[in-house]
Amino acid sequence: MLSVRDLAVSFQTRNGEVRAVRGITLELGKGEILGIVGESGSGKSVTSYALMRILDAGGSITAGEVTYSGIDLRRAAERDMRDIRGREISMIFQNPRAALNPIRKVGHQIEDVLRQHGRATRADARQKAIEALKAVRIKDAEARYDAYPFELSGGMCQRVVCAIALACDPRLLIADEPTTGLDITTQKAVMDLVRDLIRDRGMSSILITHDLGLAAQYCDRIVVMKDGRIVEQGDPVQIFSAPQHAYTRKLVDATPREGESIRSLLPPDERHPTLPHKVHNRPLIEVKDLTKTYQGKSGPVHAVRGISFRVDQGQSVGLVGESGCGKSTTSEILVRLLDPTSGAVLFDGHDIAGIPARRFVRDTRRKDIQMVFQDATDSLNPRHSARQSIAEPLRRLAGMRGAKLTARVEELAVLVGLPLALLDRFPHQLSGGQKARVGIARAVALEPRFLILDEPTAALDVSIQALVLNLLVDLRAKLGLSYLFVSHDLHVVRLLCDYVIVMKDGQIVEEGPADRIMRNPTHPYTQELLDAAPKPPARRVAAE
Amino acid sequence: MLSAYPRLRAVLLRCAQAIPVVIGVVVISFLLTRALPGDPAVYFAGVMADEASIEETRIAMGLDKPMTQQFVIYVGELLRGDLGMSLTSGRPVATDLANRLPASLELTLTALILASAIAIPLGILAATRPGTWVDHLCRVVVTAGVSLPTFFTGIVLIFVFYYLLGIAPSPLGRLDFIYIEPDHITGFYLIDAALTGDWETWRGAAKQLILPAGTLALFTLAPLARMTRASMLGALSSDFIRTARAAGLTNRKVLYGYAFRNALLPVVTTLGMVFSFALGANVLVEKVFAWPGIGSYAVEALVVSDYAAVQGFVLAMALLFVVLNLVIDLLYTAIDPRIGFEAS
Amino acid sequence: MTDAPLPRTQGTWAHLVYVLRANPVTLLAFGMFAFLIFCAVFGPAVVPYDPLATNAAKSLQPPSWEHWFGTDQIGRDVFSRVIVATRLDLMISVAAVALSFVVGSILGAVAGYWGGWLDSVLNRFLDTIMAFPLFVLAMGIVAALGNTIENIIYATAIINTPFYARLVRAEVNIRRNAGFAQAAKLCGNSDLRVLAFHIFPNALPPMMVQVSLNLGWAILNAAGLSFIGLGVRPPTPEWGIMVAEGANFIVSGEWWLAVFPGLWLMLAVFTFNLLGDGLRDIVDPRKRT
Repeated sequence: MLSVRDLAVSFQTRNGEVRAVRGITLELGKGEILGIVGESGSGKSVTSYALMRILDAGGSITAGEVTYSGIDLRRAAERDMRDIRGREISMIFQNPRAALNPIRKVGHQIEDVLRQHGRATRADARQKAIEALKAVRIKDAEARYDAYPFELSGGMCQRVVCAIALACDPRLLIADEPTTGLDITTQKAVMDLVRDLIRDRGMSSILITHDLGLAAQYCDRIVVMKDGRIVEQGDPVQIFSAPQHAYTRKLVDATPREGESIRSLLPPDERHPTLPHKVHNRPLIEVKDLTKTYQGKSGPVHAVRGISFRVDQGQSVGLVGESGCGKSTTSEILVRLLDPTSGAVLFDGHDIAGIPARRFVRDTRRKDIQMVFQDATDSLNPRHSARQSIAEPLRRLAGMRGAKLTARVEELAVLVGLPLALLDRFPHQLSGGQKARVGIARAVALEPRFLILDEPTAALDVSIQALVLNLLVDLRAKLGLSYLFVSHDLHVVRLLCDYVIVMKDGQIVEEGPADRIMRNPTHPYTQELLDAAPKPPARRVAAE
Repeated sequence: MLSAYPRLRAVLLRCAQAIPVVIGVVVISFLLTRALPGDPAVYFAGVMADEASIEETRIAMGLDKPMTQQFVIYVGELLRGDLGMSLTSGRPVATDLANRLPASLELTLTALILASAIAIPLGILAATRPGTWVDHLCRVVVTAGVSLPTFFTGIVLIFVFYYLLGIAPSPLGRLDFIYIEPDHITGFYLIDAALTGDWETWRGAAKQLILPAGTLALFTLAPLARMTRASMLGALSSDFIRTARAAGLTNRKVLYGYAFRNALLPVVTTLGMVFSFALGANVLVEKVFAWPGIGSYAVEALVVSDYAAVQGFVLAMALLFVVLNLVIDLLYTAIDPRIGFEAS
Repeated sequence: MTDAPLPRTQGTWAHLVYVLRANPVTLLAFGMFAFLIFCAVFGPAVVPYDPLATNAAKSLQPPSWEHWFGTDQIGRDVFSRVIVATRLDLMISVAAVALSFVVGSILGAVAGYWGGWLDSVLNRFLDTIMAFPLFVLAMGIVAALGNTIENIIYATAIINTPFYARLVRAEVNIRRNAGFAQAAKLCGNSDLRVLAFHIFPNALPPMMVQVSLNLGWAILNAAGLSFIGLGVRPPTPEWGIMVAEGANFIVSGEWWLAVFPGLWLMLAVFTFNLLGDGLRDIVDPRKRT
């Protein structure tokens, strides 16, 4: 149905030509769902834009053939392409809210497409747009017709984007990271909907994603891309059980899955045995009846509604929940950046919640409680080099200067595996993984006793995530740290933590040992979270 | 009850926000009349005044009373529309300003319409064809436009079109003396002449208007073109444009139906700033072209130290600008459905 | 920043050279800027004639080898007057912009970081200033405070301050809860230190563009005020007054009186406008490679 031969795409930039796609060949059969998987910069999205001929300014197809049902898409006139887009081939995008025109009613946006392709007249457009909304299972479609995107949730926006894409019954749907940025339960709902719609209408589809597990669950066949080339293709089971290419193997390894240990995320030759870490049966942090209420514009917002838990010395506790569950608020209170409304936080038996965040800066315990931030890019001062960032806590809290400071910074760089040559670079000159290492080095610089990890790998590619998680495990053993690992992903949390707390709407719904929670969740919400996570097929049984 | 109509509430809230601004404006203009170094009464009485008339002015203006009381008197006079007497014309300042305001407005509005008509299409073209001659032209216009001193542009235009080419009428006022002023209906010569069907006068007025309006337009062109280009570029690179293109919408629809309407929002916001510049530059242009508006009135008053007239002019301009800003913001509310919903 | 300079991949000097080389427009702008500074510093010493010396025998002469820009109605050399005026015009604009930069930065940073009532009060205050057409407000201030050069500077500074305050407020506000600001607090920095050494420096690149645009605008403003007879008084050489005086002769064809000072004024403003992007590139470490 769609065949791509030796496709190459280049971008003209100020720094010369960038070859984003370097000759890829793939076939898509009727009714097939093809997954294109790759990490950032692999050229997977560019490929799909090239198929649709909607490349950004400066981009052009430099070589290859693209044939869709006998039509040469590369050479088709722009007028013909316009008829093909939306009617034959449609696309849905990541970040659904931004993918909709913010100041136009969603119903009108659907009508635009219907009328463009002659599927509706002025008279029946409204009716047909409402039908399109109903087709993507939007409840109360008549009322939603008049909504603006900002009035809808992220998941709802993605449904509207689907409705626009499917309004004219195309035969091929390209989904470009359709669930990135959505919560895991919403992700499942959207993906299930897309799969059902494709199946019901007998369409073909290309799913572009960075998540090998997601692709494995929903696709008939998977293509793995790296640096603008296809390194491997095959059906999901084959890819997972017997990856041929080294890169695929690395990706498969790095994808977290049930029953695997943290070391198995790494390539086999890097799996050093984990160092033992001791858990003492002595509470380091005790949280008692913590609440936080914000004054919102439409009444008070209860971000945290009375939670209690403890973290023992040397223990790693996972705090899991979806966006808005109060986990970030909780961690900000624990690290003393935010004052709670009520409740106590005992550190070593002494309440620190009573000390205003403003004054805690000068408290002697400031260096004992540190945090690794969610977004490494955002958490490094753009005007400070890596060296300055790591040196900051040493200067400010330990009063270190001169040669001693230099030596300690370099020692820390070695500890987190950051090449010394990179120390004098600015954040924009570092990769995501390197920035994460700088952030970790800064957090452990003063050997804190309690470290909060706020989704430290959320913005990273899986292979980098694997490295960072393993680094954190090693540091815990070497420095005797206690962690509170905040994340939305139970499967990742499980790797690092012995104990897991699940939060929803500001309350703890379930807690217990990680293994027990994973195997035998008692609360329906935990069950839902576990179900929603993609389940990649098992890896090949015997590791060589 | 209003919470059921968030947009109506936003509109009312915006109108209410103008109140403290108006109060602030009144306070500042009060301070300006009292900040005169030395004895304000000496200044307001004028250069020719003797002891007795200074004392008379002091009592008339209430300058012998405490500050707070003076302020109350000042506000009371404002509410009655009393801005004091002009020393030069001998008429109330408010009357003088009202008589001359249409001339200024006609000039400023013509210039803004002219500027928008050129700048917005230019900005759009530059954004949709980056790197082409239109884009370069836009960049030159933008950089040169903000570097041009309005009074200098005006003089150069007079030199070229009046002295060298002789196609422009002499740069003196709104209408050459060979024409008879149109009947006073709106005060705008172009509109009044058109209403009375006196097309000859209309042409005469338009001829006088074209150079000063052009001068002012050249000045306001730059910020408008720059903002249009920037916001159009921003809108064109947004995700929803890609969605629209992927859905097969025509270029026309994508450009004007999707990108342009979104790009218009920041342009409308810029209009406020542009008005501020235009009203300021207006003063200079009026002086260059001897345009009988409120700007040249203020300049004449400055020369003879006619303080009541100058401060009356400053206050009038500020109030006019507050109203213009209010109109712009309400216009914005009309285009952007998100106004009033920021909380959600 | 207080931090001792740590070694960098690329020195500040090398970065400066890189920025100048990468963009010829910036190079041109810096060249023109250097020329203006030269005129301001050495102008009075190098001009061929005394800018105030009249010569009735040589009045209203068109440009010639002897008088490059011609002479005015009382025989003063226009070229000498134009060059000498550079110092006064630059001084007014630099002083005014510096004042508004400092005041605006402090007000804006405080309001943007702490928010709350401080922010509301500042916003109301700025709204009130911005409620006046700015040039008109400057007229009112100079008329009220008195017709002197200092008052021109104060008036120009006052009408410029809201731009800085708003810009800094916005830039600080978006970074108030940024990860690096939070991290700085965990490193033991007080709020004031976080604001001054971590957040504020990041607002500098957009500020630099504003500074250079404002320098141009301040010159225009000062020249405009003297054009309508405020501030600088004749016979002091100043571009705005010279254009104003020359304007009377334009209709009779003696164009050089107004055109040369006007062109010079334009050149200065144009230089500052071009300078903006270059300055931003210099203070922005992200432009370093």
